[in-house]
Amino acid sequence: MKVLVFIESDEGKIKKSSLEAVSYAAEIAQGTVAMVFGVLESSELNKIGAAGAKKVLHVTDSDFEPSNIMAVSTAIAQVFEAEDIELMVMAKSSLADPVSARVSIKMDASLVSNVTELPDMANGFTVNRSIYTGKAFAKTKLTSDKKILTIRKNTVPIGENGSDPEIVVFQPNSKGSDAAVKVLSQEKTSGDILLPEADIVVSGGRGLKGPENWGMIEDLAAALAAATGCSKPVSDMDWRPHHEHVGQTGVKVSPTLYIAVGISGAIQHLAGVNSSKFIVVINKDPEAPFFKAADYGIVGDAFEVLPQLTKAIQVAKG
Amino acid sequence: MKILVCITHVPDTTSKISFLDQDTVFDKTGVQFIIGPYDDYALARAVELKEQLGGSITALNVGLAETEPTIRKALAIGADEAIRINAEPKDAFFVAHQIFQVVKGGDYDLILMGRESIDFNGGQVHGMVGELLGIPSVSPVMHLDIAGNVAKLSREIEGGKELLEVALPIVAGCQEPIAEWKIPNMRGIMSARSKPLNVLDPFEDEQKTVVENFVMPAAKSGIKMIDADNVGELVDLLKNEAKVF
Ligand SMILES: Cc1cc2nc3c(=O)[nH]c(=O)nc-3n(C[C@H](O)[C@H](O)[C@H](O)COP(=O)(O)OP(=O)(O)OC[C@H]3O[C@@H](n4cnc5c(N)ncnc54)[C@H](O)[C@@H]3O)c2cc1C
Repeated sequence: MKVLVFIESDEGKIKKSSLEAVSYAAEIAQGTVAMVFGVLESSELNKIGAAGAKKVLHVTDSDFEPSNIMAVSTAIAQVFEAEDIELMVMAKSSLADPVSARVSIKMDASLVSNVTELPDMANGFTVNRSIYTGKAFAKTKLTSDKKILTIRKNTVPIGENGSDPEIVVFQPNSKGSDAAVKVLSQEKTSGDILLPEADIVVSGGRGLKGPENWGMIEDLAAALAAATGCSKPVSDMDWRPHHEHVGQTGVKVSPTLYIAVGISGAIQHLAGVNSSKFIVVINKDPEAPFFKAADYGIVGDAFEVLPQLTKAIQVAKG
Repeated sequence: MKILVCITHVPDTTSKISFLDQDTVFDKTGVQFIIGPYDDYALARAVELKEQLGGSITALNVGLAETEPTIRKALAIGADEAIRINAEPKDAFFVAHQIFQVVKGGDYDLILMGRESIDFNGGQVHGMVGELLGIPSVSPVMHLDIAGNVAKLSREIEGGKELLEVALPIVAGCQEPIAEWKIPNMRGIMSARSKPLNVLDPFEDEQKTVVENFVMPAAKSGIKMIDADNVGELVDLLKNEAKVF
């Protein structure tokens, strides 16, 4: 089976979730081809080889902006044809959703999102995917010859022992109609650990009383090299930016560790975090529903517990 | 402005999920169904855009007769008419094809829907409909304004947002804060009863994925409580059991 992996980068670095997609593909077949857009150092491209790809197709033409849904989809379809691709794997992201959908129509492919395990190929091609926002899974068979998967974070470990890949500049043919979409600019905080990429997430809720108290959350996050998240009311009140909102109507995360501080644990919040491997809850109310979904819990006042916890972690990490 | 809003009929966010017949069928017993929360944002923005620019809103659902109360709610919130394609929504590909068949002759300027449904969370239908129609699709859309025949949008990206301009027509998969959810008022509810709800036979189409069975997540093994005065114990657990550092 010939497998293609679509790679995304952020601030000149290959996303970890994309490297995970490469390692996922390498488990399925030899000779994985990866495709990446935009300006990147060769040391970054080599990481794709280390994760398991044999060949990297690098699109450097600036007409194919890395975040342009239309242009990226057009280019991927051309690689599908040129390389006789049967399966494409990509990390689930805000770009992967629309791009995978468009490419699936171009290629007449079966598409499954939110895949959580390697495929079962004993009898056809079946994957497990998360549904009902993490409340259940569906074993789903892909019935077309060509297939596309978007995988959820923490599905397989990232490989590190592959060799440097063959790097080839790929020049797609542009499609005039794609120019209808103009990406004007991006507004983004730089240097932050991206929430969906993070192994550890520290999240704050209404229990923190106001945006002025977020320093405590940021300090704990910094000590753990974690991303910061929040509950919906917190982003609704503009205490925190919208892209930090976790839950049913926000970002769904599946980190190794999720720390919830001053969040009650409403079912809509839990829906976005219940795939985390470990959950820590810090809440002053012993009856807070979040404790039922947690692995470790502290009943206490966040304003007292957080500074102590941050300090203890700093000491433990040395 | 001619706007189509595609809505899903999904279990309320507080629903307990369970399955019947050896985990092959979703158990609807006692489940309250709603307009998908993301679709509800799309509908709310459509109502605002119609107020600004004039025009009409058509709500569309692919579903069996059981979805009609949900469709009537969309009419009560502000859609002018509705279409129900009378079929079980088998997968995203099937649904996108049904929508495409209705839309292709319809001259819609804007086709709005949620970024994803909250039952299967695929996030695929907007992109598929756009590709089938050969027009741009953008998702997840956080802001949407119309200036002449151009849509000005922002799209959420990891860590921020991206600003775009796209010539109409477009398909947009919507999410907050595009608009605030609208609660139907009494007049809306009354008028919804007499607004047209046209039922169409499905267009023959294949599906490309098949659910073999459903699986419930493994239960948590139970919580370890740690005294607030002893955060060191938590640090040990994080280090030695969760192994995060
Ligand atoms: C359709 C729909 C979709 C939704 N989607 C989402 C979603 O995606 N994400 C989401 O988060 N919510 C979502 N919600 C909202 C959700 O129902 C809850 O209202 C929300 O999660 C509550 O946020 P919170 O826990 O921060 O606030 P609260 O429920 O007010 O909880 C605050 C908590 O902080 C604790 N606390 C207070 N002071 C302290 C202190 N000093 N120290 C420690 N703890 C303290 C309290 O005991 C309490 O448990 C949705 C709702 C609906 C209807």
